Amino acid sequence: MPFSGAKRWLFIGIAIAVLASLSSGGMNRYYLGITIDVGIAIILAVSLNLINGHTGQFSLGHAGFMAVGGYFAAWLSLQMGENAKMLFPLSLLAGGILAAVVGLVVGIPSLRLRGDYLAIVTLGFGEIIRVIAQNTEAIGAASGLKGIPKFTNLGWTFGLAAVTIYAITSLVNSTYGRGFLAVHDDEIAAESSGINTVRYKVTAFVTGAFFAGIAGGLYAHHKQFLSPTGFDWLKSVEIVVMVILGGMGRTVGVIAAAILLTVLPELLRDFAEYRMIVYALLIIFLMLVRPGGLFTLNLKRRSSAA
Amino acid sequence: MDLQQTIQQLINGLGLGSIYALIALGYTMVYGVLRFINFAHSDVLMLGAFAALFLAPLVEKAFGPQSVFGAIMIIVFAAGICACIGMLIEFLAYRPLRKRPKLTVLITAIGVSLFIEFTCQNKAVFGAATRSFPKLLPEKQFHFGNLVIGSTDILVPLVTLLLLGVMWVIVQKTRVGTAMRAVSFNQQAASLMGVPVNRIISFTFGLGSALAAIAGILYSMKAPGIEPLMGVQPGLRAFIAAVVGGIGNLPGAVIGGLLIGLLETFAGGIPGLSSYRDAIAFGILILILLFKPAGLLGRATIEKV
Repeated sequence: MPFSGAKRWLFIGIAIAVLASLSSGGMNRYYLGITIDVGIAIILAVSLNLINGHTGQFSLGHAGFMAVGGYFAAWLSLQMGENAKMLFPLSLLAGGILAAVVGLVVGIPSLRLRGDYLAIVTLGFGEIIRVIAQNTEAIGAASGLKGIPKFTNLGWTFGLAAVTIYAITSLVNSTYGRGFLAVHDDEIAAESSGINTVRYKVTAFVTGAFFAGIAGGLYAHHKQFLSPTGFDWLKSVEIVVMVILGGMGRTVGVIAAAILLTVLPELLRDFAEYRMIVYALLIIFLMLVRPGGLFTLNLKRRSSAA
Repeated sequence: MDLQQTIQQLINGLGLGSIYALIALGYTMVYGVLRFINFAHSDVLMLGAFAALFLAPLVEKAFGPQSVFGAIMIIVFAAGICACIGMLIEFLAYRPLRKRPKLTVLITAIGVSLFIEFTCQNKAVFGAATRSFPKLLPEKQFHFGNLVIGSTDILVPLVTLLLLGVMWVIVQKTRVGTAMRAVSFNQQAASLMGVPVNRIISFTFGLGSALAAIAGILYSMKAPGIEPLMGVQPGLRAFIAAVVGGIGNLPGAVIGGLLIGLLETFAGGIPGLSSYRDAIAFGILILILLFKPAGLLGRATIEKV
């Protein structure tokens, strides 16, 4: 069994999440909230890492996928009324699937684009999704979607984070998944050795979008309020920074970065106005000095750092 | 929509489009030489507008309010300041990365852009509030029947046309321009032929940033509220214009800019579409890239392995 070790970790992760959820009743609401934020950030960062890190396609539209999943899941919950709590996992799944479909739509035109063109097109898709959310009355238009029931708890968040990590690492580590790394390392060489780069890129987009959609659903049922401005491109940049900081393609580093970048702003509340300046300096500094990520400790260098 | 309205929209669209074209020229020149998107270009535009804001009272003291010579002075100085800023950005952030993968440089450019935006939003610098841009020139309105044409609507396309001409002469007819084209064609070969590559790239950044500053001032003359994020939207549209026209191609940038400006203005006049304005430019971009990935005037390039 190739993944028995990983599977064990998956079950341990889910079990701990459920136990933590059962015992979280006495926990301070503020800390509970931040812990859930951390879990959602992990899902987002790990899923973006599949696209940006493992496959080397620079996407700047992750917040858009998150918005699709979040809005759809929240809208479903609001439609279902009393049964909503029972069907919460289904709404999350539906949000994820819709986000995956949107990911497919983004993935197909991206087949013929590389590098900076792709970055701009994904940024554009994110903006288009935001503008559509802003103009659709059924989901609250510019004033946002209010009164979403609070279903997200520690169990769902970290259980799904464990599933995300498991799914993406085992996808990348499988025989099939070697193709992602091939596309990352050299697209032209991969293509000439018979790898269907197009299919890998689309797979990465669809999978990444699916988990981002799930994270969006969790986010919606955690904050109980969605506004289109919450999913602008700065949100995408935040997730990108987590991936860069953690080291592109390094799952453990990315998880550490997601935790750090979610907790740190809370600790530095008094300096909130400097947060984005620090983010920007961090990006520049990392690219100049440590393009492999802050947490990359092994000294084996990859030839192409991006 | 009757004829009169159509002509009015056409004039407004050309005014907006020529500003986009001017910004797109800067993107295209930097892309042509270095093959990467300078995300910070739109922030240099904002800095240009703020430079003009701070220069205006000084110039007014010396030459009196709203004089033509004063306005030219302000534009020239703001362009000069922004040219220096552009060269500084290139020297500090992009030059050390020249041998690295393109994505590294792209991510750095995003970092530089965010750094400028959020530093300027800080209370200690400009603050996030919108400020009113001073009137640099007396404004007149010409009436033709029901048609209203403001003096800025005439000024902006004229300045764009003039600068496009200047750029064309610089790139095609001067020694520096020849060197720029050589660097754009093959950096290594150019340096072997004795072209000072670093100086040429620096010059290109300076020129592009000066164009951005002028565009910023013209943009602020049309919409006189300026704030640190003012560059983001026109910058994105101008970038799209550059890609639509075929990035690296000077006339393409102008055509793309005018196209985006016109479509946006006309869409703004249609009731159902007006709220989707922000998405229109991106929609055009995606369509163009799907059917003509190299842009309208661009030529497809084959990547060498």
